[in-house]
Amino acid sequence: MKKVILSGCKASAEGAIRAGCSFYAGYPITPQNRFPEYMSERMPESGGVFIQAESEVSAINMVFGAAVAGARAMTSSSSPGISLKQEGISYLAGCELPAVIVNMNRGGPGLGDVTPSQSDYFQSTRGGGHGDYRTITLAPWSVQEVYDFTYLAFDLADKYRNPVLVLADGMLAQMMEPVELLTGKKRLPGKKWALTGCRGRKAHSIKSLFLAPGVLETHNWKLARKYQRISEREQIYNTYMCSDMDLLVVSFGTCARITLEAIRMAREKGIKAGLFRPVSLWPYPLEPLRNMAEKVRKILVVEMNCGQMLDDVKIAVKNTSRIFFYGRPGGGVPTPEEILKEIKRI
Amino acid sequence: MEKELRYIYRKPESMTDDITIYCPGCGHGIIQRLVAEVIDELGIRGKTIGIAPVGCAVLAYDYFNFDVTEAAHGRPPAVATGIKRSLPDRIVFTYQGDGDLAAIGTAEIIHAAARGENITVVFVNNGIYGMTKGQMAPTTLPGQRTTTTTKGRDIAIHGFPLKVCELLATIDGTAYLERTKIDSVQDVMKTKQAIKKAFTYQMENKGFSLVEILSNCPTNWKMSPSQSFEWIRTKMAAYFPVGVYKDRGADK
Repeated sequence: MKKVILSGCKASAEGAIRAGCSFYAGYPITPQNRFPEYMSERMPESGGVFIQAESEVSAINMVFGAAVAGARAMTSSSSPGISLKQEGISYLAGCELPAVIVNMNRGGPGLGDVTPSQSDYFQSTRGGGHGDYRTITLAPWSVQEVYDFTYLAFDLADKYRNPVLVLADGMLAQMMEPVELLTGKKRLPGKKWALTGCRGRKAHSIKSLFLAPGVLETHNWKLARKYQRISEREQIYNTYMCSDMDLLVVSFGTCARITLEAIRMAREKGIKAGLFRPVSLWPYPLEPLRNMAEKVRKILVVEMNCGQMLDDVKIAVKNTSRIFFYGRPGGGVPTPEEILKEIKRI
Repeated sequence: MEKELRYIYRKPESMTDDITIYCPGCGHGIIQRLVAEVIDELGIRGKTIGIAPVGCAVLAYDYFNFDVTEAAHGRPPAVATGIKRSLPDRIVFTYQGDGDLAAIGTAEIIHAAARGENITVVFVNNGIYGMTKGQMAPTTLPGQRTTTTTKGRDIAIHGFPLKVCELLATIDGTAYLERTKIDSVQDVMKTKQAIKKAFTYQMENKGFSLVEILSNCPTNWKMSPSQSFEWIRTKMAAYFPVGVYKDRGADK
């Protein structure tokens, strides 16, 4: 295994190229400017296409076009840019097209700030744009995982013909860590549905418009069954020090990594805390969390927002009165000491 | 002397048997037939990918017998960019109305032109939002009545119509721009020649080509088809002069 030092932006880009991504369109926005910069050199090197689009809206629609043509395609941005991409993401979902969208989450709402945040949890896990749809959302907590999950995202996108989000943050975008790179030849799946010209076959169309009575309802139920399959098969989570715990802490992404340090500190002081870390934020690992929650009396949810994943914890856990929350919105990043204080407090 | 039977006129292979949703007298049927004839004549049906707009032509993928995708309102030039860059040897075109191309999709068309994307754009300018029942379009003429300009478009309030060919002609990335109209048989034939030239330019990798076609909307203009052609001839063509606005292929 080859190990190199990479920033989160570069790691995600390398993971994409490794996964066979041959099309990238993006638009500059802090804190992920290294992403398009790096792709502008790497995509042509690897035989792919790089386009600096005139807008976030255009970038996601270029990705839509590349996906229509059967390419593995992606875009990256940060929160305000991801808001603009929601139109395209809704169309991708409606047309059942695979694509990968990386969000280096920064503080909001509005222009917010450029520091790390987890404030786009709702946007990522509840569809984000208009219509009845879901997007698979993967939340890394290290640069290695940014690489691994971007790679995985392309396989999941093709497997289910659905857009997949990698929800990282401004810290993971810029932080540098050693990354083990994958080697070996990547085989890409065939896409008979892609529009490549109708020579030798019947003409195809790709669309999300279904005007005849009941047809859209049928289409929506078909999508719902797909989301159900994804929910059953693609839940990813990790647990840490949960076997003997008295108190459960639930956290994701960067925040979970900081929380793990707080749990280690708590254990040194004799507090038996454990960490439940959802990796797939949608599909959310509801059942595993429910089982884990039955072992403890109190649950602490820690997020870099005002309490968004908290809703999913409340869906998973019976008796919500025992759930406590500690959050840092607006670009605030908690220290392990802060979280330890909350662990002690509850 | 043996008699040989041959077709002199029939439905192009590039059209399906679907019945269109277009109103009686609407120009979309004429223009889509011209596109289909051109694609047949150039022998590119098997490698063409079309992009349908949002608007009256939204169901174009049902009427064209080759690969066609949907696009969000105004985004066909961005979608075309993604397809063409991924499959450079295919023929990629967008079919867009004035609301799609000159209002909500202004950024996309200007920047596709600026990048010199090797795509073809069929731009149908009928000066009104047809699908949504007749609101003011970016190309509605001064004084023209619509459902959002019931006293007529007042330039002091609603601003001026956008002249797309003139605008795009200032962009270095464009290769061929022509404005035509479909109010007479001669003009329909000229329009077909322009569409054919636009596709040929793409086949020859000459870059961005667009044909703006002054078309009609009898229903929402509240006119008979013949009155609507007269309106194109006298009113629209006066504000939007027909002609070639850019022809890089003709430059020597």
